[in-house]
Amino acid sequence: MRNIWAITYKELNTYLSSPIAYVLAAVFIGLAGLLFSLSLGGSFPEATVRGFVGPGVVLLLVVGSLLTMRLLAEEQKLGTLELLLTSPIIDAQVVLGKFLASFLIIVGMLVLSLYFPILLFVFGDPDPMPIVTGYLAMVVVGMTALAIGIFSSSLTSNQIVAVVISLGINFILVITDIASRYTSGLLADVLRYVSVSAHTSDLLLGILDSRHILYFLSITVFFLFVTVRMLESRRWR
Amino acid sequence: MIEAKGLTKYYGNFPAIENVSFDVKSGEVLGFLGPNGSGKTTSMRILTGFMPPTSGNAEIGGYDVVTKSRDARRLIGYLPESVPLYTDMTIRSYLSFMGTLKDMPRAKLRSRIDDVIDHLSLQDYADTYVGRLSKGYRQRVGIAQAILHEPPLLILDEPTIGIDPRQVVETRQIIKGLGGTHTVLISSHVLPEVSMIADRVLIIHEGHVVAMDKMENLSNTLGGNTRVSIEVRGPEKAIEKALLSVDGIQEVVIEEVTGGVVRLQVQGTAGRPVREDIAKTIVDGGWGLYEMNPFGLTLEEIFLRLTTTEQASLDSDDEEESSA
Ligand SMILES: Nc1ncnc2c1ncn2[C@@H]1O[C@H](COP(=O)(O)OP(=O)(O)O)[C@@H](O)[C@H]1O
Ligand SMILES: [Mg+2]
Repeated sequence: MRNIWAITYKELNTYLSSPIAYVLAAVFIGLAGLLFSLSLGGSFPEATVRGFVGPGVVLLLVVGSLLTMRLLAEEQKLGTLELLLTSPIIDAQVVLGKFLASFLIIVGMLVLSLYFPILLFVFGDPDPMPIVTGYLAMVVVGMTALAIGIFSSSLTSNQIVAVVISLGINFILVITDIASRYTSGLLADVLRYVSVSAHTSDLLLGILDSRHILYFLSITVFFLFVTVRMLESRRWR
Repeated sequence: MIEAKGLTKYYGNFPAIENVSFDVKSGEVLGFLGPNGSGKTTSMRILTGFMPPTSGNAEIGGYDVVTKSRDARRLIGYLPESVPLYTDMTIRSYLSFMGTLKDMPRAKLRSRIDDVIDHLSLQDYADTYVGRLSKGYRQRVGIAQAILHEPPLLILDEPTIGIDPRQVVETRQIIKGLGGTHTVLISSHVLPEVSMIADRVLIIHEGHVVAMDKMENLSNTLGGNTRVSIEVRGPEKAIEKALLSVDGIQEVVIEEVTGGVVRLQVQGTAGRPVREDIAKTIVDGGWGLYEMNPFGLTLEEIFLRLTTTEQASLDSDDEEESSA
């Protein structure tokens, strides 16, 4: 546990002392504000965060990839992975510690974006449920993107390659929804099941279904697990 | 402390090391000597649990490096060849990070960091970012993290490579000091370094152990016949003549004559008590024997002999062919 926290603390320091986290947070909050005001700007303004959460989910996939591309690729490039893995640490602790650090950054961004719903409550009378499930959707989508990103970062010592791989995987998870519309039968069902949007649409509407949460959590666990395996297999190469 | 048996590592089809076996006793300093690409780093990476051997096995303090990897790793302080450090951390925060990973209790860690920083004279840079340090200082930070948790075994991979000469001297001094309290495995492709620091030397070449022994034994076994350097007060010609008349002495070279004191090199024959013969001759002649030092081959010569034998025999084959 202490090892995990040591890794998390170190990574958090790195995030907070380099511009990337601030830039991403600024872009995220900025775009969120734009989307939010656009959604309020129509002739029938609704007191919801739906206009923000929908695109926000896609944005989080990108933010997650950019936040994590460095995490293991850099260790491999600098050779610091050698000292990390020859210290008496468990490989899973390395992966979890880094995941936790990037997750805290995303949580921080989401907390900053809370001023929209707060404004809604101040000036209107919104239905709280879609706001809660909307934010929950962003949290689990964020986790998924981070796990995919860390996995990609374990594959290479090149950060650019890592981010391309991770955006590619995310793209597949998004595109399957569209693909499912052009197919039928079992394939369509499978494609729809795999797609991110199929699992966020209910959450966007304020319907809390544990199956959707489970979907994101299982992808997260799967990719974290494979990342640990990748680290272990580095030892065997 | 270290017991390696038949370590073999293939990168793809390429054997980086083959059948490397050795052991290091507690408190001993073993020098791992070999030219670039001979397999030193590969061997050390296996011992530190960074990668497993393709075959063979190794134990650190009784723990197998593959099956009991974590227990084995706890006993090791490791300085990898390239000294990989996080450049965006200060020395103090870096050491604190590494100490935590090495399971040091928090209270202990703080005072130990100060000790280590003192010991390696890093006081002035304790809060400097590692990325701003010179290569020599980074090397010290690397050593600092290796000794931080007071491991019984230090594995140092070419610790003086790529730093400036003055810092090389300092670093060697530091390592020599550590030898007193730790078991040390140090690799190098520089001979004087190993002869200065190590109790015993293992010479590795193209992935094979070609020799392993104490320094003086290495030179004796390989020297064949023994060479002795002496300083005598007396007339050089007469001394030379007397020595050459001794059975078993093959060659006498007068090196230097200063104020009636002659320095000579005497070539004896293996298996004969050359030094006794020399001493007796000098005393019998009524001259004064000031100094006598046996010197076998220098490590340099041993190294060349061991690692070029293959090449030399190949070369002579070539010659035979061309003359035929
Ligand atoms: N990761 C690797 N992949 C393929 N070959 C390698 C790798 N690491 C080392 N080698 C090769 O193995 C041999 C031994 O290398 P190394 O153990 O680094 O030697 P040394 O440390 O003595 O210079 C060299 O020929 C080197 O090119
Ligand atoms: Mg090497």
